[in-house]
Amino acid sequence: MEIFLLYLRVFATGGTFCLIGQILINKTKMNTARILVLFLSIGVILEATGLWMYVEGFGASGATIPIVGFGASLARGAINGAKIGILPALTMGLESVAGGLTAVIVFGLFFGLVSRSRTKKM
Amino acid sequence: MMNKEEYKKHVSKTCPKTKEWRTMLLAFIVGGTICMIGEGFRDLYTEVIPKFNSTQVTSLVTITMIFFGSLFTGLGLYDKLGRYAGAGSVIPITGFANSVVSPAVEFNREGLFYGVMSNMFVVAGPIIVSGVVWSVLVGLIYFIVGVAV
Repeated sequence: MEIFLLYLRVFATGGTFCLIGQILINKTKMNTARILVLFLSIGVILEATGLWMYVEGFGASGATIPIVGFGASLARGAINGAKIGILPALTMGLESVAGGLTAVIVFGLFFGLVSRSRTKKM
Repeated sequence: MMNKEEYKKHVSKTCPKTKEWRTMLLAFIVGGTICMIGEGFRDLYTEVIPKFNSTQVTSLVTITMIFFGSLFTGLGLYDKLGRYAGAGSVIPITGFANSVVSPAVEFNREGLFYGVMSNMFVVAGPIIVSGVVWSVLVGLIYFIVGVAV
């Protein structure tokens, strides 16, 4: 029962982020890159203001899998770095998302090369 | 003649409303499902690799989701899903992977350097740039506040 409730919260939280994104797409005709930048920024602001821990505490992967989690992770790295010194304050944000960025670049290059190019059907 | 504002009002009045509800419902369901798959991987990794702490597991889950996002984009399935799911396929981290792999695949006929490598970040570039700038800003503000207090 416990695990069922956890997955329900994950589903609801992740779904809500996507629902907000879809409303923005429907109402403002924003494109993919703008939506992603906006949600990343929301994640940064939530973490920087200390509200993110409540979102993540409730939503678990429903909060970390959407791009907002990526933004929160960036900000958390920078905040932790700021406790150590000026250089870590500037660099530890990227360090905390290094895994994701590396994966995007390596898998992106690999699948970009091996996949057959298709003409996009609109 | 209608001006721009009047035309926008006219369009929003005549556009079918039911479709909008359908896209919102689909975005919610698909986005939620992708996150539940991520939670599934988190449970799996916590079970299989007990010496990893929660940050490392989160990182590994992100990498796994990016792998599958890239794989399904390469197979051409992710863009099919995107046509129905809209934001449900964009907002999760798999959508970030899609935004990198999709142009890479599209331009791979033009070769490794000018095709794939140059076009990988055509869409994702603004995300990386704004992410790095945000991180530097937050780090600086926290450092300055930390020194001042």
